[in-house]
Amino acid sequence: SAPPCGCFILQRWVPLIVLLCVSARAVDRSNFKTCEQSAFCKRQRELKPGRSPYRALLDTLELSDSRITLQLINDNNKVRLLLELYRLQGNMTRVKINELKPLKPRYEVPDVLISDPITETLSVVSQDENSLVLSLGGKDQRLIVSAQPFRLDIVEGPQVLVSLNSRGLLAFEHLRARKDTKSELEQATEQENVEQRTDEDGQIKEEEDKPGMWEETFKSHTDSKPNGPSSISLDFSLPGVEHVYGIPEHADTLKLKNTDGSDPYRLYNLDVFQYELHNPMALYGAVPVLISHSTDRTMGIFWLNAAETWVDISSNTAGKVRVISSEAPQTDVRWISESGIIDVFIMLGPKPADVFTQYASLTGTQSFPPLTALAYHQCRWNYNDQEDVKSVDQGFDEHDIPYDFIWLDIEHADGKRYFTWDPSKFPQPKEMLQGLMDKRRKLVAIVDPHIRVDNGYKIHNEILSKNFYVKNKDGGDYEGWCWPGNSGYPDFTNPEMRAWWASKFAYEQYEGSMENQYVWNDMNEPSVFNGPEVTMHKDALHGGWEHRDVHNLYGLYVQKATADGLVERSGGVERPFVLTRAFFAGSQRYGAVWTGDNAAEWGHLKISIPMCLSLGLAGISFCGADVGGFFKHPSAELLVRWYQAGAYQPFFRAHAHIDTPRREPWLFGPENTALIREAIRQRYALLPYWYQLFYNAHRTGYPVVRPLWVEYPNDVATFSIEDEYLIGKDLLVHPVTDEGATAVTAYLPGKGEVWYDVHTFQKHDGEQSLYIPVTMSSIPVFQRGGSIICRKDRVRRSSSCMENDPYTLYAALNSQGSAEGELYIDDFHTFNFEKAKQFVHRHLSFSANTLSSRNLAPDSQFSTASWIEKIVIIGGSQPSSATLKNADDTESALEFEFDSTLAVLTLRKPGVNAAADWTVILR
Amino acid sequence: MTCVHLLLTLVFAVSLGTPVEIQRPRGVPLTSIQFYVENKPFTCLDGSRTISFDRVNDDYCDCKDGSDEPGTAACPNGSFHCTNAGYRPMFIPSSRINDGICDCCDTTDEYNSGAKCENTCKELGRKEREVLQKMAEITKEGFLLKQHLIEEAKKGQQEKQSKVTDMQGNKKQLDEKVEVLRTVKETAEQPEKEAKERHLKAWEEQKAAIRLEKDKAKMAEAFLELDDNADGFVSVSELQSHAELDADADGTLTETEAQGLMGGAEQVDTSTFESVWPNIKDKYHSEVSREEADMSCLVSSEVPFGQKVFFLEKTVVKLSAQKARDDFEEAEKALREMDDQIRNIEKELSFDFGPDAEFTYLYSQCYELTTGEYIYRLCPFNRVSQKPKYGGSETNLGTWGSWSGPENNKYLLMKYDHGTGCWQGPNRSTTVKLTCGKETVVTSTSEPSRCEYLIEFTTPAVCQEPANTDLSPHDHEEL
Repeated sequence: SAPPCGCFILQRWVPLIVLLCVSARAVDRSNFKTCEQSAFCKRQRELKPGRSPYRALLDTLELSDSRITLQLINDNNKVRLLLELYRLQGNMTRVKINELKPLKPRYEVPDVLISDPITETLSVVSQDENSLVLSLGGKDQRLIVSAQPFRLDIVEGPQVLVSLNSRGLLAFEHLRARKDTKSELEQATEQENVEQRTDEDGQIKEEEDKPGMWEETFKSHTDSKPNGPSSISLDFSLPGVEHVYGIPEHADTLKLKNTDGSDPYRLYNLDVFQYELHNPMALYGAVPVLISHSTDRTMGIFWLNAAETWVDISSNTAGKVRVISSEAPQTDVRWISESGIIDVFIMLGPKPADVFTQYASLTGTQSFPPLTALAYHQCRWNYNDQEDVKSVDQGFDEHDIPYDFIWLDIEHADGKRYFTWDPSKFPQPKEMLQGLMDKRRKLVAIVDPHIRVDNGYKIHNEILSKNFYVKNKDGGDYEGWCWPGNSGYPDFTNPEMRAWWASKFAYEQYEGSMENQYVWNDMNEPSVFNGPEVTMHKDALHGGWEHRDVHNLYGLYVQKATADGLVERSGGVERPFVLTRAFFAGSQRYGAVWTGDNAAEWGHLKISIPMCLSLGLAGISFCGADVGGFFKHPSAELLVRWYQAGAYQPFFRAHAHIDTPRREPWLFGPENTALIREAIRQRYALLPYWYQLFYNAHRTGYPVVRPLWVEYPNDVATFSIEDEYLIGKDLLVHPVTDEGATAVTAYLPGKGEVWYDVHTFQKHDGEQSLYIPVTMSSIPVFQRGGSIICRKDRVRRSSSCMENDPYTLYAALNSQGSAEGELYIDDFHTFNFEKAKQFVHRHLSFSANTLSSRNLAPDSQFSTASWIEKIVIIGGSQPSSATLKNADDTESALEFEFDSTLAVLTLRKPGVNAAADWTVILR
Repeated sequence: MTCVHLLLTLVFAVSLGTPVEIQRPRGVPLTSIQFYVENKPFTCLDGSRTISFDRVNDDYCDCKDGSDEPGTAACPNGSFHCTNAGYRPMFIPSSRINDGICDCCDTTDEYNSGAKCENTCKELGRKEREVLQKMAEITKEGFLLKQHLIEEAKKGQQEKQSKVTDMQGNKKQLDEKVEVLRTVKETAEQPEKEAKERHLKAWEEQKAAIRLEKDKAKMAEAFLELDDNADGFVSVSELQSHAELDADADGTLTETEAQGLMGGAEQVDTSTFESVWPNIKDKYHSEVSREEADMSCLVSSEVPFGQKVFFLEKTVVKLSAQKARDDFEEAEKALREMDDQIRNIEKELSFDFGPDAEFTYLYSQCYELTTGEYIYRLCPFNRVSQKPKYGGSETNLGTWGSWSGPENNKYLLMKYDHGTGCWQGPNRSTTVKLTCGKETVVTSTSEPSRCEYLIEFTTPAVCQEPANTDLSPHDHEEL
C-alpha cells in the first residue's frame, strides 16, 4: 500500500491527509534528494578522474593462505588504509579497504553473506618496487597491484578484465574527531594518529571542513552526523564492455544508462509515492550488484554496503553511433556510499551462468516457495470484511476462475495494530480461514514493521519492555508517523528482537491465525511519513550503529524475521511465503518481492518486465508487479493485457488502491472475464514448469526469468531487449503492452534454433524478428525447439486441487529432431524435499524417435499419484507405431494422432506414473 | 441451461410416475442418457467423432466438447451432473470432480479424492423449503400490501390529477385577475409616471444649462490663459504653446495645425474664439486645472435638490397608485404559488413509480439506518446521504438518477449519483437494491468499492404475485 504521499502529516484523520495531498498527481521529486542535495554524494562527485593520491606500501605486504594485506597511504592527508585481497573459490576476487586505525570501528555488513566465502591461495608471481603480481589460478588470471598511483588490475593473459582505481576515484573519508567537542581522550587518539601520519614526510595538511560534513539539513530535517564525514568511493573500469545491468531497484531500462550529466543511480530504500518511470531515483529496495556483459565475458561487481549508495556509469560509446574508432569500448562504474567500508566482490564469470553461481555462493539462492505461492493472488486495499472475502471467493467459483490466495491489506487489523483483527469487520478470522481452507485456498494478511504506540497494544508493550525499539539520536525510543499514527520501529538488526518477532507468528500468539494464512511485509524501507525522504532519520540508533549504516538492510531483516516465524510456527516443516517491498542483497532467501506502488498506465505495465529482469539478475527471482496497476483505474484493455503479461511473470498478484473502483476479474463484462480467465488458466497449466524452474533457481541461483542475452550471450541483437524475455531457457514471452496493439514484433534468437508458437504449434526459425498480428486474446509465447515442457492441462480452482493431476508432455523438436526437459515433483509445500530427499526429479529426452524418462536423483524417494496422460511431439514426423516400454520391460502399443499440417503427434494416454522409468519408441 | 434442464427433468419424472434408478455413466443427467448406450459406440454430443464405449469416462478426453468424460476431470470444458436427491440437481464444471472439495450435496463429485464428504442434500432441501416457505409467506403478505399501495397510489394519483386540473382552472381565473389588476395598476401609476418623466426632463434641462454655463466659463478662462500678451486676441503662436492640442500626435503643434484649429485666422478675439473653442476644448489642458473637481462638486450638490422636488411630487401621486400596486402584487404572488404547486404535483406525477405506481408511497419519505459509525438516510426519488453518528457534516451519497435493474425488471435497483466527489476518485454514488418485504426498511448499507455505496432496502412494492401457493411436493427430486 501507499503512503498518503510525501506530505508532512501530523494529523491522523484521513480527510486532512486528503486535503494535504490533493495536488499530488505524480512523484513529488522535491521530497527526495538529488546527488547535489546529498552532501557526501556531492563531495564525492566533485572529485574528478585523475591521478590517485593513494599509494600502496608494498613493504607492508603480508601474505597468508587465505589473503594478502597491504597498507595504502593517502599522500594528501597521510591517512593509512588497510587493503585486503582474497581469491575466492569459484573464480571471484574480494577486495576490502578499511581505515588502518579508524577512530572507531566502521560498519561491516553482517548477515548478507551466507557464510565466510571459501578462499583459495593467492600466490605472488612477481614483485618489483612499483608492482606486485598475484596469481588467481587457472587461465593465466593475474591480479596486479600497482603501488603509485595505487591501482588494481585483474587480467587474463594479455586482456584486462577489470581495473580498480584506474581513474583515481578511490576516496575514503577517514573518521575524525569533532573539532568543537573534542574530549581529552579523543585528542590523545588524534595525537597518535597525527604522529603516525607525520612520520611519512613530517608534515600534514589540516583538512578543511566542507559543507554537510558535520550536519546536513534537507527540507525541515536535520541530520546531526555525530561521526562526521565517512563516505567511501571506488571506480571500476571494464574494457570491452558496453552493456551493464542490475543494481535494482529502479523504474528504468534493463540496460543501465550512462549517468554523465544526470544523477547517478541511487540505492537507498525509499517509499516513493507514485514513482516516475525512466528515472535513476531510488525505490523500495536495493541490491548493489552490477552485471557486465559482452560477447567475450560476463562479470559481476557486488558492492557489499548497506548505507546510502550512488552508482555512476560512464561509457565511452554511450550515445555515439558506432563508428570505426581506435578507441575500444569501455564502461566505467563508480560506487559511492555514505559510510561503512569498501568490501567488493568481483565475480569473474566468464559465462552468465557462472556469475549467477558465483553470486549465489555468496548470498544464497532463491527460497523455494510452496507451489501455491506461484499461482494467482487476488489482492485489494482492502477486502472490507469477512463477508466481502467470502463473496469474492465465491465470485471466482461462479466465474470458474482459479485463484489460490486472497489478500488483506492494513484495514483488516484493529486500528492498524498488526497481529490483530478488526473486531467488527473480521470478528471470526478462523471461520473465514476455514472457509478458504475448505476450498483449498489461502490468505495473506499484512504485517508491517511500524508498531502503533499505544499502551493498550500487547505487541507495543512487549517491545517496550524488552527495549527492542530503534532509538533516536538522544537515546529515547524513535517515533515516527505511519499508518496507525504515532509508531515505533522495532530494531530488526537485533537478533534477539528478530527471534521475538518470529515467535509472534506462533498460532497461539497470533490469535485468529491458521496454517493457510501467510504474511506480507510492506512499508519496511522503513517508511516514516514524517521522516526525511519519508524514511528514518539517519542518526537514529540501532544499538551501537547509526541508521545511516544499516538503512538498506532493514527491510531484509523484517522479511527474514517474518519468514523465520512462519517456519517456526509449523515446527520447521512448512516452507514459508512472505512478500516484501523493501529488500537487499540476500533477500532472495526469504520470499517474494513486488515492484511497489505502480500505476494503471501502459508505461508501468511495460516497465514491469525490465524491473523484474533486473531483480532476477541480482538474485531475486520471485518478482512481480501489481497486476492492473496500484494507483488509478485501468481500462478493461489495460487490465486484460496486464493479466496476460502477469500470468507469465514469477509473482502473479492483482492489487488495487483503496480509492479505485473494484476490479475483480468479472467486473468488465463477459468478454473480458473470459480473456482474464484464459490468461490465469494458462498460468495454472504451466505451474509444473514454474515450479521446476524455482527448484532449479533454489539449487543453482539461476534466475527464473531471464533476459535473452543470458541464454544467447553472443547475439548482440539481444543485449538491449527488454520487451520480451525467457522463462527458464525454453519459453520466450513477448507480452502485448501497447494500447490498441494489432501486432507485435518479437525477436526469436539463436541461429539454427527453431521456435514454436505454444498456442498454434506454428514453427518459426531463430535469429529473426517475427511480426505477429495480435487480437485481445493473444499472448505471444514460444517454446524452444529442443525442449520438453510438462504441463497440467486440467486446470482447477486452486493449485492445491491439481496436486495429483496427470501431466501432459510437450516435446518441441529442434532441427536435429531431439528435445529434452525435466520434471520435478514433491509434496509442494514442506522442506521434506531438502531434509528427507523426498522428491521426484526426472530427465526427459527425445532423440532418434525414442522418448525416455530417466531418474536424475536416484537417492531421492517420493511417490506421486500423478501420471502421464498425454505426450505431444511438435515438429516430428508421422510414425507407423508407438510403443510404450515400462520399467519392467512390459510393452504396450499407444494410440496416436498426427496432424500433418503442423507436424504434431499426440500420443494417447501412456498412463505411466510420473515417477516411473519408461520409454516410448516411435517406428 | 440449469433452468431448462430442471424443467425437462420435471417432465421426465412426472411422466414416469415413480422414480426409478436408471443405469447410466457417472455424471450424465437423465435427460442425456439416451446418448450413452452401454457397449455401443459413443458419438460426441457435438458429432465430431465416434469412439468405443470403453472410452467414455476412461479419464482421457477424446471429444472436443468434453462429452465423453461426464464423470471425470479429463476434459477442460466438461460438466458433471449430480442428482442431489432431496435437494436440487445441478451441473458442476468437470474440474471440480475429485478436487478434494465437496461440491455436490450427494457427495458424488468426490468419489476418488479421499475427501470426506457427507450427504447434506436432505438438510439442504429442508432448509431450502423452510426458506422458500418463509419467503412465500412474506411474498404473499407483501403482495397483499402491494395491492393496497397500488390502490392508494392510484387514488392519490387521481386526486392529484384532478387537483391539478382544478388548479389549472383556478389558475386561468387568477391569470385574468392578474391582467386586470395590472391594467388598474398601470393606469393608477400613469400620473406618477408622468410626474417622474416631467421632473426628469426638467432635471436634464437644468443639467444642460449648468454644463453650458460651465463651458462658457471655461472658454473665457482659456481665452485669458491663451492670450499671453493680454492684447485681447489669441494668436496662432499663442495657441502653439499648448502642445497637447497637436492633432497628429507627433508631439508638436505646428503653425499650420494651429491655424487649422483657428479656422484659418491669424488671431481671434473673444467672440470668434467661441468657434475655435469646440475644436480644442476636448484636448485643452488648463494651466490651473481644477475644473473636474468643480464639475463633480457641482453635480453632487445638485442631485439632492432635484430629488427633493421629485419626492415631494411623488408622495402626492403615490397615494392613488400604491393600492393598485399592492393588489396587483398580491395577485401575482398567488399566481406564482399556484404555479409552484402545479409544477410540484406534475413533477411527482412525472416520476416513474413503477408499472402500477406501487412505489408512489416512497415519494417524499425518508428511511434511516444507523450503523457503527454513520447514520444513512435514503429518501427515495430524492437523495441518499450519510452523517457521522457523533457529529460532523452530512455527505451526499447521490441524488436520484434512475431505475437501473436488469432489463426484465428494472425496478429492482435504484441508482443515485452525482454525490459529493471523492479524492482522486469519482463522485459518490449509491445503488439501492430492493427486495420483497412486509416492511419498508433499509436493512443494510455497504461500500463495496470506494465511494460506491450499496443499500439494501425491503419494500412490499417489489413483491411478486406468488406463482404457486402449493410448496409441498418436490417432484423434481431424483432418487
